[in-house]
Amino acid sequence: MDKRIRVLVAKPGLDGHDRGAKIVARALRDAGMEVIYTGLRQTPEQIARAAVQEDVDAIGISILSGAHNTIVPRICELLRVEGMNDVLVLVGGIIPEEDIPGLKAQGVAEVFQPGASTQDIVGFIREHVTSKAL
Amino acid sequence: MNKENTAVMPGSVEAPEDRSVTRKPGPGNGHAAVSAAAPAEFTTLSGVPIERLYTAADLAGFDYQRDLADPGEYPYTRGIHRTMYRGKLWTMRQFSGFGSPEDTNARLRYLLKQGQTGLSIAFDLPTLMGYDSDHLLAEGEVGKCGVAISSLADMEVLLRGLPLEKVTTSMTINSPAAIIWAMYLVVAEKNGADWKKISGTTQNDILKEYIAQKEYIFPPEPSMRLVVDTITFGAREVPRWNPISISGYHIREAGSTAVQELAFTLRDGMEYVEWVKRAGMDVDEFAPRLSFFFNAHNDLFEEIAKYRAARKVWARVMRERYGAKNPRSWLCRFHTQTAGCSLTAQQPYNNVIRTTIQALAGVLGGTQSLHTNSLDEAWALPTESAVTLALRTQQVIAHESGVPNAVDPLAGSYFVEKLTLDTERACWDYIERIDALGGMVAAVEKGFPQREIHDAAYVYQQQLERKEKIIVGVNDFVTDEKRPIEILVIDDTVAHRQSDKLAELRKTRDCARVQSTLEALGSAAGTDANLMPYILECVRAYATLGEMCDRLRGVFGTYEEPAFG
Repeated sequence: MDKRIRVLVAKPGLDGHDRGAKIVARALRDAGMEVIYTGLRQTPEQIARAAVQEDVDAIGISILSGAHNTIVPRICELLRVEGMNDVLVLVGGIIPEEDIPGLKAQGVAEVFQPGASTQDIVGFIREHVTSKAL
Repeated sequence: MNKENTAVMPGSVEAPEDRSVTRKPGPGNGHAAVSAAAPAEFTTLSGVPIERLYTAADLAGFDYQRDLADPGEYPYTRGIHRTMYRGKLWTMRQFSGFGSPEDTNARLRYLLKQGQTGLSIAFDLPTLMGYDSDHLLAEGEVGKCGVAISSLADMEVLLRGLPLEKVTTSMTINSPAAIIWAMYLVVAEKNGADWKKISGTTQNDILKEYIAQKEYIFPPEPSMRLVVDTITFGAREVPRWNPISISGYHIREAGSTAVQELAFTLRDGMEYVEWVKRAGMDVDEFAPRLSFFFNAHNDLFEEIAKYRAARKVWARVMRERYGAKNPRSWLCRFHTQTAGCSLTAQQPYNNVIRTTIQALAGVLGGTQSLHTNSLDEAWALPTESAVTLALRTQQVIAHESGVPNAVDPLAGSYFVEKLTLDTERACWDYIERIDALGGMVAAVEKGFPQREIHDAAYVYQQQLERKEKIIVGVNDFVTDEKRPIEILVIDDTVAHRQSDKLAELRKTRDCARVQSTLEALGSAAGTDANLMPYILECVRAYATLGEMCDRLRGVFGTYEEPAFG
């Protein structure tokens, strides 16, 4: 039970707004998790590969550009292909309400919208990763 | 927050009961109703401590001529013009761009019809990153955050029917700024508009991209060379154009404090001045066309002090450090945009109030032009009705509030003058630290401004989570309402239409001419020639943005941010 939760914080697409991704990464680290941040403009393939190589428990995808309906399903699909069926996929950013059911149907566990607190994100990861993998 | 604090802060005695009754617990915060009745300490939004009362004692040694002077006089603390808004109101310039060039052209015409007085164009992410709409990496992003422009053909549609000699156009484009500007210039040329008469602004501020916005393509050195090329070309060929808008806006949006925004922006400006001087141009030949762009965040007085300090510091820097003789070189002319990052997805109508207060800060601070954000922008690009309301906000301030009647109406306030002095001093401290690091390019390569901003952003986030700072509707006064407004949706048919147009263009243009102009651009990039004439030739041949950027990537390489801390 001492194993630390490993989280990949990923920034796909062309958008460079990384304030949210970096704050979440730091908050997860401060909460005792091991965090790998991909850096900017990663393709879905690069993100899935990093998730496999780093053997993470959760992936936090930060996206503010409106391209989430294209990019997120592809990442989920690649994770399935890689056999990472129990990795917890979270999305944060500017995601309209009406797009959330579609993303969840693709395998996203939760979507954190603008104004979400980092403590809620930490709590969600702890609850869902602990009950599953650890 | 607790008795000890309220006891030493007499001004807040009444607040606790008054406010707590209306408060509702935030999600996961059962104790919220009894918390945060008064702040634990009184600070600006950026965390600068504020005294209960300011008096003449705070301005000991204050000298009117040295610290303020009349409006239109050095050091311009009170404004760059003697008559300010009596002579000319600020330009009302709503930033807009979405979908196809046709969509955005219609929005720009609509805004002019509603009484907007300048244009401002937003480009989509593929355009900002130098990719054509049909590039693999553009998938899902075409037309989403701005308008998609891949070639002169798109620019012709974007600007169709707009009076280019009469209206000033601002374009938010950075890494490929030289290319997009060249497209604008060629459209003007084809319409018979004189380059000597057209006016507008290209943002073209690459340093703040490395620092905050992160839409860079090439490494810093060749990027700076492109900026220098546009500034020197502009000074000679398009003398009324502002070839750069040195921007603190994005620095603030990334989470900086007000002082960081100010200091990093002015130090960026100094870096550009040094580079252009090194390229052999006299400072007074180009400095009058340098322009600035600041954020207007929630803290009214902190923002006003920032703008006043900006003018004062820039005037000193230009006159004393760079020896500029022309008074026009000393002026910090700036555009202001209300703070996008202050908008909340929750209770979006509150955003109208925030934006009004922020816009007022810009006007009281003496801005030359203003963009007011729309209430729906925490969700999406704005709808037509939302952007109209945002424009009306400016019109009400301009024509109903009476605020523009007197120049710099807050001058002489003990509080505002002290805050302005303190902001100025803190700004100089940062400038000295960056000088010690070897200038802004060196500081960026060391990750200095990036780290400072990230730390400030993290501190602010923690303050929100501890409710030391309150955002109405987000961490206090929370309701369960669903989104009460419609939002703009941009579907993927834009991407298909743009791809079809590009395929058609590639078939019908003179391919030999495209190839030869691209070859010439690639060769020139390897020399120290000014690249603007080469880019203009590529544009005239209908070479695409992606093709030109690919040539430059081949010569300059690309940049990836190192991992900082």
